[in-house]
Amino acid sequence: MSDAILKTENLRVEYRTREVGQEVKRALKGLNLAVRAGEVFGFLGPNGAGKTTTMNVLLGFVNATAGDAWLFGVNVREPVARQRIGYLPEQTYYYKFLTAEELLRFYAKIFRVPKSEIEQRIDGVLKLVDLDHARKRQIKTYSKGMQQRVGLAQALINNPDLLILDEPTSGLDPVGRMKVREIILRLKNEGKTVFFSSHELGEVETICDRVAILTQGELKVEGKVNELVELYQQRNLEQVFLKIIGYHESHHDAHRIRRAA
Amino acid sequence: MNPTTTPIESAVLPEVARLEQSASAATNVLAIAGVVIREMYRRKDFYVLFVLTALITLVMGSVTFFNQDNIVRYLKEICLFLIWGASLVITITTAARQIPAEREQRTLFPLLAKPVTRSQFVIGKFFGCWFASGLSLVLFYVFFGVVAGAREHEWPVLNYFQAMTLHWFLLGIVCALTVLGSIVFAAPSSTSTITLIVSVGILLIGRHLNKVALRLEEPGQTLLYAVYFAIPHLELFDVRDLIVHNWSLIPWGVWAGALSYGAAYSAIFLALACLLFRRKAIN
Repeated sequence: MSDAILKTENLRVEYRTREVGQEVKRALKGLNLAVRAGEVFGFLGPNGAGKTTTMNVLLGFVNATAGDAWLFGVNVREPVARQRIGYLPEQTYYYKFLTAEELLRFYAKIFRVPKSEIEQRIDGVLKLVDLDHARKRQIKTYSKGMQQRVGLAQALINNPDLLILDEPTSGLDPVGRMKVREIILRLKNEGKTVFFSSHELGEVETICDRVAILTQGELKVEGKVNELVELYQQRNLEQVFLKIIGYHESHHDAHRIRRAA
Repeated sequence: MNPTTTPIESAVLPEVARLEQSASAATNVLAIAGVVIREMYRRKDFYVLFVLTALITLVMGSVTFFNQDNIVRYLKEICLFLIWGASLVITITTAARQIPAEREQRTLFPLLAKPVTRSQFVIGKFFGCWFASGLSLVLFYVFFGVVAGAREHEWPVLNYFQAMTLHWFLLGIVCALTVLGSIVFAAPSSTSTITLIVSVGILLIGRHLNKVALRLEEPGQTLLYAVYFAIPHLELFDVRDLIVHNWSLIPWGVWAGALSYGAAYSAIFLALACLLFRRKAIN
């Protein structure tokens, strides 16, 4: 796939524990993934499926045991691969003693945003995430929703072509979720690529062009939401997801056991 | 090589790319250092130490003992001792918590998800702590100099400059050692305690290790000699007497040599810290 801006090839990650006799934990077992420019890609899977590990490899936090990953054709081992991406972690982790404005200025410097543009960019992203009124307050005084929004602002400060969002609506109230969803859709309309993991399958169904479902480190399916619903003859993405991760079988087993008892 | 580039362009482009890379690395390091400095002046512990030292300096400065010169020198010595103690505590505690706090509060993740290398992160943290300790040092020395100058009606500015710069470069070594320790030990408290003991130990007994080695049997003698030559001799930077006794200036060549010696040791510790941190799993 030539126009893939995010690509992994036979990506394998193994964790070794320090205890003697402990087995090697295989977090990813040869993952092949390709995300095309301009699409919103949902990365799904139950807890422990390997979603965060994949993101950790893409962001350079973890080195792959085997295989490779590229962002914009640059191997993720090179820091420059991250020049055109924005990343929003699942939970907000920012310097709480800084104000939103100072935090964004700091990250803008890291991305080498021209000095003449920095203030304009800060104004733009703070307005976008509705934090303009609190820009001079230290982050430690922000509510959880505001902290998540400052996270989104920092992910957008370099005007990225690819956004990697790790459960962006996790822990937000319905209004906060709606705002994040609106921002993702707006970015999609601007032609940005969004790669995000989420457990909110209704939300994924609404905004994603394509999804991939991962379980136990293996890619089970990849494709357009409506095609998957059709292929698996289910009512919605949630049903497809549950079927793929094998929830139905165990649910039926439990039901049988209850009836037998 | 891009086929459309001319031979001149192809010769110049790698050079330009290298320059851009260096500029980008310097920008990242300075940006990270800036956050450390901002953190220090927004925390209260620095102000507590400064106010305590300032109070003691003021009280001592106001005391008169029959106008004896020796007493004034003795008081100056105590005040400088306090400044040394406070600066060591500020530097070590600030440097020791930087990397563990980034890991614990997970601020490291959004930062390293940007085009920042791990080495730039470590070097940025070092420079932040070192500049911050330099700023506090300027504040301490200016305050002390004004109080002492007001009492003695003498203003040996160059003596103060030499003593302060040497003190600052000593803090550079301690800071780099602490950053290295903070990567090896998980808890900032362990790093602080160990670095403080090592630094004070070197300051007090570093210069005597060769004499002790002479009295030892082999292989103890060789081992202790190796330690004597391997450790940074922090005592070389302790020129408090220059201020206490108003001695004549250190030759500028010797002063520059001592600064280079300090910079070399800081670079060695920092290189080790970068090497270790690059191998460390951060997930």
